[in-house]
Amino acid sequence: MKNGWETIIGLEIHAQLSTESKIFCGCSTRFGDEPNSNTCPVCLGLPGALPVLNRRAVELGARAALALGLHINERSVFARKNYFYPDLPKGYQISQYDQPFSERGELEIMTAERDEAGHARVWKPKVVQITRLHLEEDAGKNVHEGLPDVDRYSYVDLNRAGTPLAEIVTEPDFRSSWEAYDYVNHVRRALQWVGASEADMEKGNLRCEANVSVRKIGDTNFGTKVELKNLNSVRFMQHAIEYEIERQINALESGGRVVQETRLWDERAGETRIMRSKEEAHDYRYFPEPDLPPLVVTRDFIEGVRATMPELPEARRRRFMDQYALSYSDASQLTSERSLADYYERAAEAARNARAAANWIRTDLLRELEASGTPVEKCPIPPEEIGALIRLIEEGKISGKQGKDVLSEMFRTGKPAAKIVEEQGMVQVSDAGAIDPIIDEIISANPKQVEQFRAGKESLFGFFVGQVMKASQGKANPKVVNERLKEKLKV
Amino acid sequence: MDFSEYSIETLRSRLSNGEARARFVVESSLDSAEKLNETLNAFLQIDRAGALARADEIDSSKNLRNAPLAGVPVAIKDNICVRGLQASCGSRILGPYHPPYSATAIERLQKAGAVIIGKTNCDEFAMGSSNENSAFGAVKNPWDTARVPGGSSGGSAAAVAAGIVPAALGSETGGSVRQPASLCGIVGFKPTYGRISRYGLVAFASSLDQIGIFGRKVSDIASVLGIVAGRDTHDATTADVPVPDYVGELAGDIKGARIGFPRELFGEGLDDEVRAAVLKTIEAYRELGAEIVEVELPHAKYCIAVYYIIATAEASSNLARYDGVRYGFRAEEAKDLKHMYRATRDEGFGAEVKRRIMLGTYVLSSGYYDAYYRKAQQVRTLIKHDFLRAFETCDAVLTPTTPTTAFLIGEKTDDPLAMYLNDIYTCTANLAGIPGINVPCALSSEGLPIGFQLLGAHWSEPTLFRLADAYERAHPFEARPRVHVASASE
Ligand SMILES: [Zn+2]
Repeated sequence: MKNGWETIIGLEIHAQLSTESKIFCGCSTRFGDEPNSNTCPVCLGLPGALPVLNRRAVELGARAALALGLHINERSVFARKNYFYPDLPKGYQISQYDQPFSERGELEIMTAERDEAGHARVWKPKVVQITRLHLEEDAGKNVHEGLPDVDRYSYVDLNRAGTPLAEIVTEPDFRSSWEAYDYVNHVRRALQWVGASEADMEKGNLRCEANVSVRKIGDTNFGTKVELKNLNSVRFMQHAIEYEIERQINALESGGRVVQETRLWDERAGETRIMRSKEEAHDYRYFPEPDLPPLVVTRDFIEGVRATMPELPEARRRRFMDQYALSYSDASQLTSERSLADYYERAAEAARNARAAANWIRTDLLRELEASGTPVEKCPIPPEEIGALIRLIEEGKISGKQGKDVLSEMFRTGKPAAKIVEEQGMVQVSDAGAIDPIIDEIISANPKQVEQFRAGKESLFGFFVGQVMKASQGKANPKVVNERLKEKLKV
Repeated sequence: MDFSEYSIETLRSRLSNGEARARFVVESSLDSAEKLNETLNAFLQIDRAGALARADEIDSSKNLRNAPLAGVPVAIKDNICVRGLQASCGSRILGPYHPPYSATAIERLQKAGAVIIGKTNCDEFAMGSSNENSAFGAVKNPWDTARVPGGSSGGSAAAVAAGIVPAALGSETGGSVRQPASLCGIVGFKPTYGRISRYGLVAFASSLDQIGIFGRKVSDIASVLGIVAGRDTHDATTADVPVPDYVGELAGDIKGARIGFPRELFGEGLDDEVRAAVLKTIEAYRELGAEIVEVELPHAKYCIAVYYIIATAEASSNLARYDGVRYGFRAEEAKDLKHMYRATRDEGFGAEVKRRIMLGTYVLSSGYYDAYYRKAQQVRTLIKHDFLRAFETCDAVLTPTTPTTAFLIGEKTDDPLAMYLNDIYTCTANLAGIPGINVPCALSSEGLPIGFQLLGAHWSEPTLFRLADAYERAHPFEARPRVHVASASE
């Protein structure tokens, strides 16, 4: 760390839970509809309307909490967070305060230091303390563009108001922007993995805020923290934190001080700007929401949710390493998405060779998927066919090189491996009786090279293999070619 | 034909045996509302066209005609949403607001055939004990138009007392039904918290608010409660408790019933005439065969302080939505957002509402929350426990409803604390979430009504009604106010 300074970072993530309807009314959570079309007296905050909790939001909140290793409280309390803003129809947000839905999580993530170009060096585990995950409603949004008289009026779209959110708060546990980066990616993947949230930052269904402070190494007190907002992607967040660390250290080293405030990240300008000072900070006057009884979830409910949880990514990575003898990086890559991990396991089973399946998926299949922009769920090759392809190779029916062409063809046409091999006459020739005449022909066509080889220039062996393979149009089994060539080239 | 003396039951039998048509009943009710409103200012909106159309519908449909409240005219406090009518809450800030939906209680009333003839005046956002806080002028007490009808549901109370409707809905946060019922000489009832859905009742203090019912007879209250009570999926604070046949449980013998007598509530601050009248009702119960047991409510004396902390805290949050952005009044010529908020709320709210928003904001502020709001919640629990303990030895607690009879308009407007003391006997029930009912029992030497109240355990409405009904049968309150349908038509 720079000149004996230490960085302290805490994160708050807001993840939209993937419910069909809003958290306190029946309106749709669909994105992109006509402004204010998905609204009702409840989410418009009309006088007399009352909230009723959506059970599905509780279930998804529970999935999210369990995926992040949090303890779910059997009793939690909704609270009102009071402030005025046009996109907040009731003048308060229904959230949770001193009795949240879940608390005290210990989450192990993998994190790496990066080189100048941002490439990870060595991955190592880190345990992050998650303070809490609570449930709350989202606000609407103000619209300042594309409508008449926007110079004089602001418009409000309340379609998003009342969308269920899980707010996930960590302790100030991160010591670098990259740790924060790796944590957010971990949380994103975990939420997607268990189906709690789409967790897509570009779509705005995962939002992030960072509290950043610096202190001299060895200091036990925290420095003054600055809250960073408008972090619209994980990369932006990392940039913003990096900028902020430098800004704070520069301020302190030049005899200045850090002021407690909220700052906005401007990616284009590459800097943070003040949004509001501590003096302007709200007193939210939290108090228990009298319109909603305490949220009580039974042990049975929690265990019921747990029973339907998929194996979590970290556990699955470890199992892949143990069960399939994969390396850390192979196992990590194959568990980066739940659908990929599922795909891999089905392919490995069909192939009866887990490592081969891992290699084929990681190199050839992922290249095809990436090049065509296809998600794993829509892969035209069923995983069982990857297994079939590997078996064709293992059984010596086709060569590995042929296999690569077959895979491309499978991806393009969706045909089974065996059919492509058959159609293209790609059967590998392993019969010495068929290979010997080709070798004889090559030997008689290249007397000079044969002489040099026999005189001791052994490097020419590869030349002969190449010639034979070429003459056989790649169908000769390389292993048999090797054996027969050695035999026939003997003096 | 004069219906003003009819109970709902009698009116229903006249309507179903064809002696009267809904149109005729509703029209007379509308006529008197319009005529008496000049004197009483009880209605903010009278829906002649809508009410008559509904009455005709009832007259022409056999199915509707047999509904339990078919053709019964009712009045609704203007803080309860009725689709098609206004909901001003007695405030300027709601401007010409017309809710696009009806409260659950309203839907149930209408389904039962009741005909809404109009929206009644009230203290702004139900904050007040005299109706003088209405932005649309005070309601006059039908017994003496120089006096207040009580509040905040003063318009509904006056409409029933004057014989315009046999029943009306109001709302209670600290006594806003029982107190005006007492000052107007009618029956007023506040149910157990969670008995009637609050969906569509414009919130003042959510943990205390309940829709309440006015009637001339206990049986009228029972008829209406049976229709509007019960679990509502739109209100998470309604309870899944079965709704009994309240009317069917009336007229029972009350021999052996135990009436709790909290001696400390009959001391200082209580008007002598009121004390004497209420003590007489205790004797009346003894004569009816009830046993009188002394009970103690040691924390009741803190109720006003606790009430005004909790109610204002919740109000400060509930009233935040009146910001001029989406509906209602918006101040003109605002320069920016902050200015629009400030000007809208400054011009839109009346003085008492502002006072309470400020109080509530203060008690929730960081640094004060523990000393005020949290402490008040703790004392609230103690008050509730006082009652639970009392109900181990009695079936209902009997107290005065108000410390005095109706006071003069303007008498207490300069002294908010004196005004707040009007709730001293009533607000304990709201804090404890228990039901209470005011029953008129006497006239003062000035000819003003005096009432007593019975407070029961949670969900004890049938017991409460049976006790109130027994008194009413033995000691019918037959006096009628000066401003009344009967005298107006003479
Ligand atoms: Zn809605």
